[in-house]
Amino acid sequence: MTTVTAADGASDTDTPATDSPATDSPAIDSPAIDTATAVIAAINVPAPAPALVGAGAGTDLAALTRSDIEEFLYYEAALLDAWDLDRWLTLWATERTRYVVPCNDAPDGDPSTDLVLIDDDELRLRMRVERLNSRKAHREYPHSRTNHQIFNVRLGTVVDGELPVTASFTVWRFRNGRSSYYVGQHHYRLVTDEDGMRIRTKRCQLDMTELRPAGDLAIIL
Amino acid sequence: MTLTEEPSTTMSPSTGSPLVEEDAGAHRFRVHRSTMTSPEVFQEELRRVFEHSWLYVGHESEVAEPGDYVRRPVGGRNVFMVRGAKSKQVHVFHNTCTHRGAVVCRQKSGNAKVFQCFYHAWTFDSEGKLSGVPDREAYGEGLDFSTLGLRSVARVQSYRGFVFASYDPDIVDLVEYLAGAAEYLDLVADSSEAGMEIIKGTNEYCISANWKLLAENSVDGYHALPTHDTYFKYLVARGLEFTGGLDGRARDLGNGHAVIEYLAPWGRATAKWGSEFGEGVRGEIESLRAALVARHGEERGMRIAETNRNMLIYPNLVINDIMAVTVRTFMPSSPGQMDVTAWQLAAKGEHPAVRQTRLDNFLTFLGPAGFATPDDVEALESCQQGFNSGGVEWNDISRGMDRVPKGNDESQMRAFWRRWAEQMGPSDFGAKVTR
Repeated sequence: MTTVTAADGASDTDTPATDSPATDSPAIDSPAIDTATAVIAAINVPAPAPALVGAGAGTDLAALTRSDIEEFLYYEAALLDAWDLDRWLTLWATERTRYVVPCNDAPDGDPSTDLVLIDDDELRLRMRVERLNSRKAHREYPHSRTNHQIFNVRLGTVVDGELPVTASFTVWRFRNGRSSYYVGQHHYRLVTDEDGMRIRTKRCQLDMTELRPAGDLAIIL
Repeated sequence: MTLTEEPSTTMSPSTGSPLVEEDAGAHRFRVHRSTMTSPEVFQEELRRVFEHSWLYVGHESEVAEPGDYVRRPVGGRNVFMVRGAKSKQVHVFHNTCTHRGAVVCRQKSGNAKVFQCFYHAWTFDSEGKLSGVPDREAYGEGLDFSTLGLRSVARVQSYRGFVFASYDPDIVDLVEYLAGAAEYLDLVADSSEAGMEIIKGTNEYCISANWKLLAENSVDGYHALPTHDTYFKYLVARGLEFTGGLDGRARDLGNGHAVIEYLAPWGRATAKWGSEFGEGVRGEIESLRAALVARHGEERGMRIAETNRNMLIYPNLVINDIMAVTVRTFMPSSPGQMDVTAWQLAAKGEHPAVRQTRLDNFLTFLGPAGFATPDDVEALESCQQGFNSGGVEWNDISRGMDRVPKGNDESQMRAFWRRWAEQMGPSDFGAKVTR
């Protein structure tokens, strides 16, 4: 079998020749990338305050301050920037989770009736991460460099154990000499479980009238 | 209806363009890469291709009520489609005031009794008639205001709800232009008794690659397995039993249009239950399938229910009736850049669980944040970057020339390129072609 070397010069000794059937493809988990990502993550992402992640049993959502929430959101952003997506997944609640990005022309779009860009339930979110961790998400192999920025964080009133939070975001994405951006507003519903704060739903409404300046949305906002 | 078959080996190797070479005897079809990179070719395409084809504008369901309108670029020009309040007919107007030019339709979509230019307040009704001019008495009696209505695009026709326009007043009628593609639009339109509609939400993205690469890619069965590995893994995780692979054929539909029609392991929201859908929607989808067979007979009903059809309508419309139905059009802004706009077509009034399945199917595969389309974007951009690398002059699209073309062959792309070559004519547009 002819070995094909990736265009970016990475050593891909197990990358199949392009005529190989998909069934011969390497597993979607790529140990090489996971290891590298974990090392970078360990360097770049300080753990958040223990009250938020790791020891949150009984956390009173209503008692949390904006600063607490910002700390959590900054941690999430740092994990995304470090491409530590496995750890990012652990920030999510395990039930009734939803990650939604409406279309640019219908920011009020309802994913149960309208076309949206992303409507991930728990399985699809996990598969999105698995895909992005693999070498087969061609649009994100090699990964973009990203910078997830959070502003204007505002806390709503806790209802049924869920804390609504809105925040403005700018996500910069750089790849192959090109830069693009995503600007909009996050709408979170946060909950707590025995391990700390968790994201139940995250809806990212884009302010750009079209997605065209960014090209596509292969990254996570 | 006559379908154009693959040319026999006795046909001339010439396609009419020195940039598209066909040699049936040698089973070789190749396209010069300057067609993807040359500014001269791009300028001529705007004139020869986009000014002389029927171009997709939108679907009648988008302007269901009198006064409903949508505004969008078609072939690089800003137009808007509106349903006339009196005539109930769908019009497509150039979006410019006949007075001094400002746009008259300034919202992306909506419903309006009149379109008023804000600059000097000239007002047009939904049929395009000039209905109001401030200080009319300032104009002389000789001026004929009836000639100053909104200007319709030269030709506007629709087929089964799909509205097309052409800037060429002498172009053949739409149904003649569509040739074999009309049958496939029928299959899409007939898949719901209540009719089909474009649903809310538009994918508007861009690709830094030549537009013809997306024409090729949209009907390319060959790339599916190697490129979209992560998508198939997702389907398996959802419970799909991946057996049988893709099985089908490619058809040249005439006038540059082509389709691949095939059976695939995945389910179709139209009327083919798939194990990855879960049991919840099984009964509903199976009853849709039974209704199709009752309406259209066993053969046609099952064809509508079961077969996947990726269709390219020359030059820049793709209707893929696959796990969901997407309507996609694309327009170049330069040789290496295109804007893509995609909508989702769904059955009117369908069961909420079926709608949810359809939506899941669509956005998992399709769309700029799906598990597959971003990788197509990457593939196309990678090709464009490869062209700029130089050293290789020709793309080879000879696959399947010596057999009845299968769905993963390249005859559908050859159909597109033959028509392109015919429209572009004998010039090489300054390309240094070596053979």
